[in-house]
Amino acid sequence: MSIYSELILDHYQHPRNFGIIVNPTLKSFVSNPLCGDEIEVAIKIEKGKVAEIKFQGRGCAISLAAASMLTEFLKGKPKEQLKKINKEHMIKMLGIELGVNRIKCALLPLEALKKL
Amino acid sequence: MRNFKSFKEDFPIFKNVINFTYLDSTATSLKPQTVISKLVEYYSKYSANIFRGVYKISEEATKEYEETRTVVADFINAKTENEIIFTRNATESLNLIAYSLGREILEKGDEIITTVMEHHSNFVPWQQLAFENGAVLKVINIDDDGYLDVRLEKVITKKTKILALTYVSNVLGTINPIKEITASAKKINPNIIVIVDAAQAVPHMKVDVQDLGGDFLVFSSHKMLGPTGVGVMWGKENLLESMFPFMYGGEMISEVYLDKTVFKGPPHKFEAGTPSIGEVIGFKEAIKYLKTIGMDNVRRHEKYLTLKCIQTLKSRFGKNMTIFGPADIENKGGVIAFNFGKYHPHDIASILDEDGVAVRAGHHCAMPLHNRLGVDATVRASFYIYNDENDIEKLVKGLEKVKKTLG
Repeated sequence: MSIYSELILDHYQHPRNFGIIVNPTLKSFVSNPLCGDEIEVAIKIEKGKVAEIKFQGRGCAISLAAASMLTEFLKGKPKEQLKKINKEHMIKMLGIELGVNRIKCALLPLEALKKL
Repeated sequence: MRNFKSFKEDFPIFKNVINFTYLDSTATSLKPQTVISKLVEYYSKYSANIFRGVYKISEEATKEYEETRTVVADFINAKTENEIIFTRNATESLNLIAYSLGREILEKGDEIITTVMEHHSNFVPWQQLAFENGAVLKVINIDDDGYLDVRLEKVITKKTKILALTYVSNVLGTINPIKEITASAKKINPNIIVIVDAAQAVPHMKVDVQDLGGDFLVFSSHKMLGPTGVGVMWGKENLLESMFPFMYGGEMISEVYLDKTVFKGPPHKFEAGTPSIGEVIGFKEAIKYLKTIGMDNVRRHEKYLTLKCIQTLKSRFGKNMTIFGPADIENKGGVIAFNFGKYHPHDIASILDEDGVAVRAGHHCAMPLHNRLGVDATVRASFYIYNDENDIEKLVKGLEKVKKTLG
């Protein structure tokens, strides 16, 4: 089965929450020098919730789609969720099977989150 | 001369992996049955250690092992087989030179020269050596067509001790004029040691170390149809004599006392411990196989495919296709690094893989080069004797699918 599922392609072609937040509460940046992918995640916390979350950067379809899906999932959730989300969540959310090399692309946005 | 289309039959992987288009021989080559059979022969008929045993199968293994040395020496026209050192790979060969020779001859303020198109294996050892010894690392640039800036008088001085450069770039495919570069480098400074990374040259074209005029030349068995775990370091005998061993241990000594050790001469001085015996023996079959085809025929075939592939990619995809490296096929090996439209190299490689097309995506262990080119990554397709026009067609079809899938 192709890793370029309809869901992945939809998020790649129409990324949700792409952009910047002025005065974010939290912000982090990660890169993968192997392929040049770079992702910045910015979050605004209000009343204990993820009021706003945005990402920007460049990368392959998998890393961009993963960032889009991750931000969509987290928006509006209690801020504790930021710490709870893990690798297994990410893989389940993406719904595709990735080999040892491409899994790094999918987990790049999560890495950004862990660095917050 | 056999038709190139028939070579696929000699490589069992094409029977075992169906719908397989292998375009990554720059990373490693596939293996013909004769090489695989030779490995099986060693492990099933005379799998003894070499040199030590006085029994029959040890003597047979030793004979086969040392025969490879003679075959390699003949293949690259070394003066004697004592100039052929077996290592694990080209990387180890380069590290050996940096460690055993570089550390000894470099003093503070001395210069090492390398180029921006090097594989990390011929860049990092020199960079680190420069740090260690307080030497200066100078890096020769390329022009926008992928050729080295060969105005050597601008970089080489009386303080230059080492010039380390690649014969063929593993990304651009540029074939550097090693003979001319070596001659002009030695004219400016006769004491300069010229070290050639020929990992992408020896598998694909005729290489004559005496004609080239350098001091060291390295390559790997696995990139030329042979087993993994075997590299070659060729060096001029007088230099090898003067160098310190890289590793100490068994088989590299002639006498050991409580207070001193007498080392053997080259090549065994540099081959401490049990080597990859079966793999070295198998390597001999790879060279025999290449010799029956003839290296000029190998080069001609790759030139034909590379030119055809570049022309096809350009005519089908026009401005969406950016190909790096020399446009003149006479100066380019069978390596095509490219970027395609806005698509990320990893996505391209993944979609090609869906239809069994194996290419490489990334910086191909050449980050300084990719920085120079101003790109993070490229897609790389490379050819060898088992490739044909169908493989180019598969690549093109795959790229059309990339466009269709990613939009």
